[in-house]
Amino acid sequence: MFDDLSGRFGSAFKSLSGQSKITDVNIAESVREIRRALLDADVNYEVAREFTRKIKAEADGSGVLQSVSPGQQFTKIVYDELIFTLGGQKEEIRFANVPPTVILIAGLQGSGKTTFAAKLAKYLKDKKYIPMLAAADVYRPAAVEQLKTLAAQINVPVFSLEEKNALKVAKEALNEARKQACNVLIVDTAGRLHVDSEMMDEVAAIKDAIKPNEILFVVDSMTGQDAVNTAREFNTRIDFDGVVLTKLDGDTRGGAALSIKKVVEKPIKFISTGEKLDALSEFYPDRMAQRILGMGDVVSLVEKAQAQFDEQEARKLQSKIRTDSFNLEDFYEQLQQIKKMGSMQDLMGMIPGMGNALKNVEVGDDTLKPIEAIINSMTPEERRKPELLNGNRKRRIATGSGTTVRDVNELMKQFEQMKKMMKTMQKMGGMGRAMHGLKNMVATKRR
Amino acid sequence: MGFLEKLGFKKKESLEAGLEKSREGIVGKLSRAIAGKDKVDDEVLDDLEEILIRSDVGVPTTLKIIKRVEERVARDKYLNSSELQRILREEIITLLKENTLERPAEFDAELPNHPHVVLIVGVNGVGKTTTIGKLANLYKLAGKSVVLGAADTFRAAAVQQLTIWSQRAGVPIIQQGQGADPAAVAYDTVAAAKSRNADVVLIDTAGRLHNKTALMDELTKIKRVIGKIVNDSPHEVILVLDASTGQNAMLQAKAFTQAVDITGLALTKLDGTARGGIVIGISSELNVPVKYIGVGEKIEDLQIFDRISFVEALFKD
Ligand SMILES: Nc1nc2c(ncn2[C@@H]2O[C@H](COP(=O)(O)OP(=O)(O)OP(=O)(O)O)[C@@H](O)[C@H]2O)c(=O)[nH]1
Ligand SMILES: Nc1nc2c(ncn2[C@@H]2O[C@H](COP(=O)(O)OP(=O)(O)OP(=O)(O)O)[C@@H](O)[C@H]2O)c(=O)[nH]1
Ligand SMILES: [Mg+2]
Ligand SMILES: [Mg+2]
Repeated sequence: MFDDLSGRFGSAFKSLSGQSKITDVNIAESVREIRRALLDADVNYEVAREFTRKIKAEADGSGVLQSVSPGQQFTKIVYDELIFTLGGQKEEIRFANVPPTVILIAGLQGSGKTTFAAKLAKYLKDKKYIPMLAAADVYRPAAVEQLKTLAAQINVPVFSLEEKNALKVAKEALNEARKQACNVLIVDTAGRLHVDSEMMDEVAAIKDAIKPNEILFVVDSMTGQDAVNTAREFNTRIDFDGVVLTKLDGDTRGGAALSIKKVVEKPIKFISTGEKLDALSEFYPDRMAQRILGMGDVVSLVEKAQAQFDEQEARKLQSKIRTDSFNLEDFYEQLQQIKKMGSMQDLMGMIPGMGNALKNVEVGDDTLKPIEAIINSMTPEERRKPELLNGNRKRRIATGSGTTVRDVNELMKQFEQMKKMMKTMQKMGGMGRAMHGLKNMVATKRR
Repeated sequence: MGFLEKLGFKKKESLEAGLEKSREGIVGKLSRAIAGKDKVDDEVLDDLEEILIRSDVGVPTTLKIIKRVEERVARDKYLNSSELQRILREEIITLLKENTLERPAEFDAELPNHPHVVLIVGVNGVGKTTTIGKLANLYKLAGKSVVLGAADTFRAAAVQQLTIWSQRAGVPIIQQGQGADPAAVAYDTVAAAKSRNADVVLIDTAGRLHNKTALMDELTKIKRVIGKIVNDSPHEVILVLDASTGQNAMLQAKAFTQAVDITGLALTKLDGTARGGIVIGISSELNVPVKYIGVGEKIEDLQIFDRISFVEALFKD
């Protein structure tokens, strides 16, 4: 029912193909199709209308009419225009000349602000900044607790007050950050509706008081037509510097990104792709355009994989699989690689069509722990020659790793299955598939 | 405060020129264009389309509605504007399914099961926990004894959040803290409710995106486990949807139905400017009623869904 955009464009262009020239009529038809496709992707009604108007003008004025492959040309125009609208220059967070840099987080209820605040703290901490978080959501039940719990995972201090006064929390947090020599202060605020004037006044007052260097507006990527209204109002009231798109690990087309960009003309600076604190990425317009077009975030995947999964390692691994010398030591190493890559679920979700192929398959730290423990309890020799494992040895390993012989057997069975699968996979080619194999291997529940 | 006011539909945004066409006059246009004709003309349909799309009704459902209106107009002929409007509303109302006696929306209604077990599900941040707090309060006010189950053991401080709601509503909560097995918590909750002879059980679950298979399986397991203690339970599985969500809500509804057979919807955050039109298509296609709407963050900000008011609000500025 909700065909993806690429499918739509496909059919739109079908009406163009087989003709060496496009007539006004079939351009109009294609434009209509594209407009509908954008609406299905939650692009705002007016934005979609304006966008298609522009596309049409460009198609009319360009050589598309004379080109041999009008469909392709048309795709390119749409894709380019999307990237252009979504993008512009990539923009970083603005840091203060004199620390601390103050970053204010705002947005609607449940959009992902608190989670993002913690993620940003981690992101900056990883870059050697010294962040502090301020819990200026004094309304939501357990909001402070939530921020403290998240912050504890990354060892970042949280400033909070008993008193339910958000403005005061923000101001005093700034003093405290200076005192503790933290060079970044990230202020989490309560979710608020753009039509709630009292709450909008509050966030505006916080802005005036602490003069943030950077204000980020956090939006749920599943937002529909209303995205323009909220973004516009927040922008009017606090003139934010950038947008954060959350929950992109879902399967939304994310048309709201286009709407918001168009309406407020502020850059999208981060995307959030999961509940864990490392699920944060920078924003790339071309990838978002592909996503809206239904092409899948292939580029993202490739890059993320490359950063962590060393090419050479992969090649070594492939040769081992080929020669059947892949053992538990190699396996252990691969597990570490997987862990470094973050959530495999996120990674795999970026490949179009992968969602279904990966039914019942998820990897998480909890899944890996017992496996690691078992392998750790083996002697090096056992790891290299898994066939050595007899009943006695298995019992010893189970005791050593705090698991059961059944767990050890299960692991060995899976290991063998995986070896087989990797071999088949390799015949089919591609590192992505090898990773897929690994993922399958340790498949079970995430939580 | 009236229903529409609570829905926030009276607040008109100050909108930049060029981006927002006033919706005013659409009714007027409808009337002029329709009077004395046996066909709705294109301009009217365009306007109608605009209203519906802007409310997140979505293209497929919008087309369906327009087709039904056209058929009615062709059959009945010579409609004046108020008749057309009536038809339009009627057609949309028909798409929205009704609540049933086995699963009444009224809080003081006789419940056919004892305890009546309700599982609350949905994607992240839509308002599940808050809705449970509000429901607990309303059931309690209606004289029912309620037990809450904190089966979101994943999200930071989710248990504390529900605990605060349980205190606000003055109802007991069963919890095992963060990191516990959610199915075990659900099991304990229903068992406790049974032994305490409680009327209603409300089980909170962690937010999960519908495309994460393992998390959806976890939900299926929770549901199965509950059924072991009280036959045919959970008697209700409520999918919470955020009114500001666009077309993705349809995918959510389908996936959750597949995993746990949702029996009803709760539409939250209708106190903003989003209209939640996607529920029309969901209700009609999956044959589930919208039961409740959330209209704020306070404990009393929950109302029983009313199809007529909802549709009125769609066409109101
Ligand atoms: N799947 C997924 N879940 C997310 C993401 N970001 C946040 N969440 C989840 O969304 C829910 C809401 O996130 P919060 O960070 O509490 O949102 P918030 O904007 O602070 O909410 P309020 O303070 O109530 O307005 C939680 O369940 C988060 O775990 C994301 O990128 N992907
Ligand atoms: N304005 C408004 N806010 C609401 C409504 N319902 C819930 N909220 C707010 O939305 C945010 C998220 O609500 P929760 O109840 O935590 O949502 P949840 O679905 O339990 O979230 P997770 O458990 O993290 O998936 C909170 O800030 C709530 O106060 C509503 O009807 N209107
Ligand atoms: Mg928050
Ligand atoms: Mg919750």
